[in-house]
Amino acid sequence: MRDWLLYRTFWDLTITGLALGSIYSLVALGYTLVYGVLRLINFAHSEIFMVGTFGALMASQEFLGIPMLEDGGYPYRTGFMLLVFLVFILLCAMVFSGLGAVALERVAYKSLRGNGDLFGAVVLAFLTGFVVSMVFVDDTLANVIVAAILTAPITMGYMSLFRRGKQSPRLAFLISAIGASTAIAEAMAIWGPEKREQYQTPRILEKDVLFSFLGADVRVDNVIVIVGALLMMVALTLFVNKSRLGRGVRAVAQDAETARILGVNVDMIILVTFALGGVMAGGAAMLFTLVYEQSRFNIGFILGVKSFTAAVLGGIGNLKGALLGGLVLGLVENYASAVFGGQWKDVVAFVVLLVVLMFRPTGLLGESLGRARV
Amino acid sequence: MLLEVRDLHVFYGRIEALKGISFGVNQGEIVTLIGANGAGKTTTMRTISGVRTVAQGSIFFEGRDITGIAPHERVKLGICQAPEGRGIFPGMTVRENLEMGTYVRGGKDSQKSADLEHVFHLFPRLKERIDQNGGTLSGGEQQMLAIGRALMSRPRLLLLDEPSMGLAPMLIAQIFQIVRSINEEGISVLLVEQNATQALRAANRAYVLETGYVVKSGSGSELLDDPAVRAAYLGG
Repeated sequence: MRDWLLYRTFWDLTITGLALGSIYSLVALGYTLVYGVLRLINFAHSEIFMVGTFGALMASQEFLGIPMLEDGGYPYRTGFMLLVFLVFILLCAMVFSGLGAVALERVAYKSLRGNGDLFGAVVLAFLTGFVVSMVFVDDTLANVIVAAILTAPITMGYMSLFRRGKQSPRLAFLISAIGASTAIAEAMAIWGPEKREQYQTPRILEKDVLFSFLGADVRVDNVIVIVGALLMMVALTLFVNKSRLGRGVRAVAQDAETARILGVNVDMIILVTFALGGVMAGGAAMLFTLVYEQSRFNIGFILGVKSFTAAVLGGIGNLKGALLGGLVLGLVENYASAVFGGQWKDVVAFVVLLVVLMFRPTGLLGESLGRARV
Repeated sequence: MLLEVRDLHVFYGRIEALKGISFGVNQGEIVTLIGANGAGKTTTMRTISGVRTVAQGSIFFEGRDITGIAPHERVKLGICQAPEGRGIFPGMTVRENLEMGTYVRGGKDSQKSADLEHVFHLFPRLKERIDQNGGTLSGGEQQMLAIGRALMSRPRLLLLDEPSMGLAPMLIAQIFQIVRSINEEGISVLLVEQNATQALRAANRAYVLETGYVVKSGSGSELLDDPAVRAAYLGG
């Protein structure tokens, strides 16, 4: 009987489910923050997570020189040194994802809001030139040179498209989001360290069993994930509620026009919002590689869809909703895979979403819309 | 002149909402813009705050051309607004709403608490509600909160857009009383109103807006006695 498996391993499933759910929650925060401020589903957020896993890989392999598992003989760090290593890798992943999110905002979205952003237009023009030149030659250096030459005229074209004060239709933002998502993932597949292959990341710590809880083995990596995610969420909540910029984020989410009248620089707040979401996704990425020790150029896709589901499940635009939605989704998936088998877990997760939305269309804790309970 | 608006044209989509209006506010004055719905009053206020794009014309504040500068720069210069519909942040407490008024300035906590005390002196009701969410306040309390929040920025020019909207007559009288006492502290006030009688009584000078044009101007009492204004805005 399959449910005997659920019964026997209930607490094991609970702990790993909470760990997976914490990662969903952290990524869901990015969707929810941007939605709260811009009423936009940032579909490229999954790729920001993916970039973070590469940041974590780079930090542990290149900067810290942690060898791969199969090379053997890695003396695991313990105590204080381990903590230093973990924090360093975390910060690297956060910087990668944070910068990625900020660049994404400026290139893919800001111009569409009618701000005639020169930076975004230049980057977009360069990328356009690059793609165009790839049609003719297949040599990276030549492509770069051609792109550089084409940048100025194409920039002028884009600048005339993104005229001041002309807000693009909402559909344009969505298309831009999907385009940016594909572009980032494909760029990583073409120029990333492992191209299109799945690859292992080095093992950073020995996954010892820390203690037993109701017959379940609690592994150290699961504890780090759950505690780390909680700490990051507490820090984010404090920032949003107490700091000046955080207040600005809330004000723009609740009433952008009044916020502007009171002197909130909305463009800057939007940038801060993307950066916050990116940093959280970076944190999630580091924790993810810590547990699963693998990544790939398209790893963001499924995880992004799940985290978006978590955000909607909890109530999009609502920070507590993202936390709750992520944890619920992680647990449901784990229990479902014990009852129905692993191949059914995604089905069950999405059925739960459908059922919740049928009875509570605004998610478990309600949408923020207009009265952001952030 | 503290604020001077010259030949202002503003479009709302394809519709020209302001078709070249000019007016001014002197230091220490209460000036009111009256007019029916759609006359362009709110557009004028939003344009002065910098959240509407100017198609033609210019706005001067203390002699400096501010037509093109960002809204937060204008708040820094001393222009703050209690917008139409009050614009209370519903998910923030009364205190947080008030502190949004000091957002641009940043400001030390000691300064902030002095400003808070000042606002509570004008609106004791807000002090009782300090930890309540803005969305749970009554209409009158929200209006007080909107004015108090604008005052927190220490403005030189206070813009009030329809402060009497949706309020009971007794509250309206109270709000106008407070507007006068704010003005006596030396803050100049630009007031937009549909409640023309009260506004003209409070104002030093007034302008009548009709479909994007200034059609009449004069002192408050002159316009109160003007038969055409009486017929159109004061109910005969």
